[in-house]
Amino acid sequence: MIKKIFFQLIFFNLFFLREVFGAESGGMPQLNPEFWISQIFWLIITFGFLYILLSKLILPKISLNLELRKSQIQENIEAAEKQRESSEAKLKEYENIISKSKLEANNILKEARKNVLKEINAKKKTLDKQVDEEIKKVEQEINLLKKSASEKINKIAIETTSELLVKLIGAEVNSSSISAIVDDLSKKNGAKYYGN
Amino acid sequence: MAANPMTQFEVYRIGPEIKVGAFDISFTNASLFMVVSSLAILIIFNFGSKKNSLLPTKIQLLTELSYTFVSKMISDTAGSKAKPYFSLIFSLFMFVLFCNMFGMIPYTFTVTSHIIVTFVLAAFIFIGVTIIGFIKHGFGYLKLFVPSGVPVVLLPLIVIIEIISYLSRPISLSVRLFANMMAGHTMMKVFGGFVISLGVVGGWLPLSFSVALTGLEILVAFLQAYVFAILTCIYLNDALNLHH
Repeated sequence: MIKKIFFQLIFFNLFFLREVFGAESGGMPQLNPEFWISQIFWLIITFGFLYILLSKLILPKISLNLELRKSQIQENIEAAEKQRESSEAKLKEYENIISKSKLEANNILKEARKNVLKEINAKKKTLDKQVDEEIKKVEQEINLLKKSASEKINKIAIETTSELLVKLIGAEVNSSSISAIVDDLSKKNGAKYYGN
Repeated sequence: MAANPMTQFEVYRIGPEIKVGAFDISFTNASLFMVVSSLAILIIFNFGSKKNSLLPTKIQLLTELSYTFVSKMISDTAGSKAKPYFSLIFSLFMFVLFCNMFGMIPYTFTVTSHIIVTFVLAAFIFIGVTIIGFIKHGFGYLKLFVPSGVPVVLLPLIVIIEIISYLSRPISLSVRLFANMMAGHTMMKVFGGFVISLGVVGGWLPLSFSVALTGLEILVAFLQAYVFAILTCIYLNDALNLHH
């Protein structure tokens, strides 16, 4: 590539060498007034056109573009700021809601505990009552049984003594007299057997 | 010596000879490159401003960067009063820049390497600035030549120096641009000639010089356009904000 450019350069230089040797030279071409008027004329025309087109068409567009971009960026920044603020507010709200709900949950838990305790107490009471009643019933039954038991024992005692007397003496004894003796004995020793 | 390094500055007719009265206004290679530069500027900036997207395309970025670059240069040197002259200074900067840059392409013609072109531009700026100064400040504009805080004894001398420096502005402005462009292009041509005359054996050194000079010249092409524009801004600043 570089070689190619180099040889091209040489070629072009040789090409121009001929031209240069052909041309008459001497002094600065800038000081030759032959084309001064032409240069001034074309400078005024080209620069005039350039200035008019740039100032009337192109530069206002560029400045408008720049301003639009600036304002757009500003707007975007403001919108972003707004959104940030709103999100912060929402975050606060959310935190409030969470703390509130925590409190509520605590309250609910306390109430529930109270209710449960109340229920438990109520049930305990009713259960205690039931238990007491049943105990009473059972005690009554026991008392009844105790009473009936002493009577039955008396009966048994009377019967056995009458039979024993029949076998021992061979004569029947009036059961009423035996029962009177048994009653008397049971009254005497009842406290010793039953305790109360 | 191979080629005369000055032949690249020769102006020649392209097409027929056009005469208006006694004046020859034929289309020349200089005219061609003025037209080409102007068209290139118009095409690039037209494409760059056609549609406005939030994320600019490359060519849009280029145009907007040059817009902000020139507008910042003007507001920095001449203040906010110079805003109405923005498009003129922008056109001047772009025209000089593009003419310089087109001159960097081999076998093209550098419009700004001609004293007549740069002088017409500089004279236009000089006359315009002077008119603006007199319109804004009336005869108070002449205070520009009387700096404050100067001893009365020295005043006549200072005033004469100031007037001379003011009148030499168009000359210095035009000669700076013209001489820079001409010198650079001549030097490149001379080194190019050395490459040819020294041949494949010894031509590498001037070739490398030539390559380096090309980079330098591109820098100079930009710099001189910038200097031209910024000096215009400074002159405009003198005319708009008269503080001395």
